[in-house]
Amino acid sequence: MLTAFAIVTDGLVYAAYLFLVAVGLTLIFGVMKILNVTHGSFYAFGAYGAATAVGIYWDRGLPDAGGFLFMVLLAMAIGLVIGLILERGILRLVYGKDEVVIVLVTYAVFLILEDVITLIWGPRSYAAYQPMVAAGNVDVGNLTLANYDIGLVVLAALLAVLSFFALKRTRFGRLLAVVIFDRETAAAFGVNVTVVYTITFAIGAILGALGGAVMAPKISVTLGIGVEVIVLAFAVVAIGGMGSVEGALVGALIVGICRAAAVHLVPQIELFIIYGVMALVLAFRPYGLFTRAQPRKI
Amino acid sequence: MATRANLVGAVCFILLAAIAPALPGWFLSLTTIAFANALVVLGLIILWRTGLVPFGQALYYCAGAYTVALLARWFKVSDAFVLIILGGVIAGLIAFLIGFLLARYREIFFAMLSLALSMILYGVLVKTESLGSTDGFSVEPPTFLGWAPHGQALGFALYWLVLAVCAISAVLVSAYFRTAAGALAVPIRDNEIRVEFLGVSVNRLIHIKLVIAGTLGGFGGALGAMTIGHVDPAMSYWTTSGGFVFVTILAGAGSVAAAFVGSLVFEIVRSIAVDVLPGFWQLILGSVLLLTILFLPEGLGSIATRFRRSKEPAT
Repeated sequence: MLTAFAIVTDGLVYAAYLFLVAVGLTLIFGVMKILNVTHGSFYAFGAYGAATAVGIYWDRGLPDAGGFLFMVLLAMAIGLVIGLILERGILRLVYGKDEVVIVLVTYAVFLILEDVITLIWGPRSYAAYQPMVAAGNVDVGNLTLANYDIGLVVLAALLAVLSFFALKRTRFGRLLAVVIFDRETAAAFGVNVTVVYTITFAIGAILGALGGAVMAPKISVTLGIGVEVIVLAFAVVAIGGMGSVEGALVGALIVGICRAAAVHLVPQIELFIIYGVMALVLAFRPYGLFTRAQPRKI
Repeated sequence: MATRANLVGAVCFILLAAIAPALPGWFLSLTTIAFANALVVLGLIILWRTGLVPFGQALYYCAGAYTVALLARWFKVSDAFVLIILGGVIAGLIAFLIGFLLARYREIFFAMLSLALSMILYGVLVKTESLGSTDGFSVEPPTFLGWAPHGQALGFALYWLVLAVCAISAVLVSAYFRTAAGALAVPIRDNEIRVEFLGVSVNRLIHIKLVIAGTLGGFGGALGAMTIGHVDPAMSYWTTSGGFVFVTILAGAGSVAAAFVGSLVFEIVRSIAVDVLPGFWQLILGSVLLLTILFLPEGLGSIATRFRRSKEPAT
């Protein structure tokens, strides 16, 4: 019983993390058909930005709440700037090429940004544990839960609700639906597709950085964190169906719970359960759980 | 035309083999590694021609490498020729089994699924404590039909062995490109339903291509393991696959020779980058990749083709 409860709570926390990193990726893929490897860099930049913010803020005796805000805002600002530079500076040049070629372009940028991170922050690792400590713990039965983790789950849930609302109810969300359905017709009806692309990419970048920012206190911010997260996010998005926000949510929950179960019951399979689930889902639903098969062109 | 290309290739390989004693040691080992990797790239080129980009080809590379390492460790097999063949066969077998699943996928989904499969192997290897977990373990130096060279002689032997395997693979793959199955690659890329209407099973063709590419990957891994003398799970990580895709883009899928030239150029660029600016070799590699995609979308190989086209009037 205790194990079951631990699996559910751990699973939810991990799922929240996965959803935060996957939602930006799936948004960009859904609208722009770009499988964005650079998303790992957004995450890393967000984490480094947050660690810097924590370093600046916390030793000065200022109220804790401001620190959380500063950490998240700085990371999101960094994400916005990099996202815009990337979309306007590089991706604009390769729109219209093969999807796979664009993946490689983002891979190239990812390699470059890995070294840019070293250039800015140096090779040492950063600890940003203060927000974890400031948030404190809460006892539920025999288990101690970190408030920060609970906050993470709440944040992910809020983000999910917000993105459903934004996609279904706002003007921009409906414009996105139109552009996803048929880019050329949308342009013919006067939708400024270029602007929609830029905004979408910037939002995706901000979400990636946000994922890194909120994870920074839980991990050691060090070189190569983007490399790991990008394959995880890929797996989540592939399970759910690429381009689908519902899919990212369900994918994150499936992977989160499966991994937590593996950690508690059979720790040997922890590392590959994620990809095992992904391979299994793709074997039966090639396009993921939440997308319909595309018609083939003749 | 084909015989002339074979002839030029043969001359190149014989030259490379002959100048071995004159080459500095570092260049010898660099070339050995580069050509071992070129075999994996050759497999990628076969798939790339049909429009498929596997982001998990490291799976076969790693399978080949671990086959060699484990055979030496558990069964005391040390003959290089046996090891290479078994490395290729095991990797090919894995590709054959996976192919039943993978051959149904295209485009980005193919890339993602192959990535997932290679990450599964990575996860298994990392969690296998008896095989050294993330540290891996070292590989016994191979013997050649009973001859057990050491030091410099071993370097030469491996270099010649890699050259021989590369030459044979190059001839076989270019012969494959001229068969009907090989020539159908580009039509599949353009429009696979039309190819189906020709009465050909596209899935089966792709399945065969996967097995060929996997076997070549296994050869590459087997040779790589012997040359490096060490295997570790990172051989199956997605960044390794990314490196192979990188070389494929750099080389272009135009010809068999491109795989070898591209792989050599890549290793040289990487060595120089690591040597000159140790902290920034990824930055340099990324920039090279970006510039290649933007300005030479068909790879280094296309420079030669362009040059030839400008000399011959268009037909």
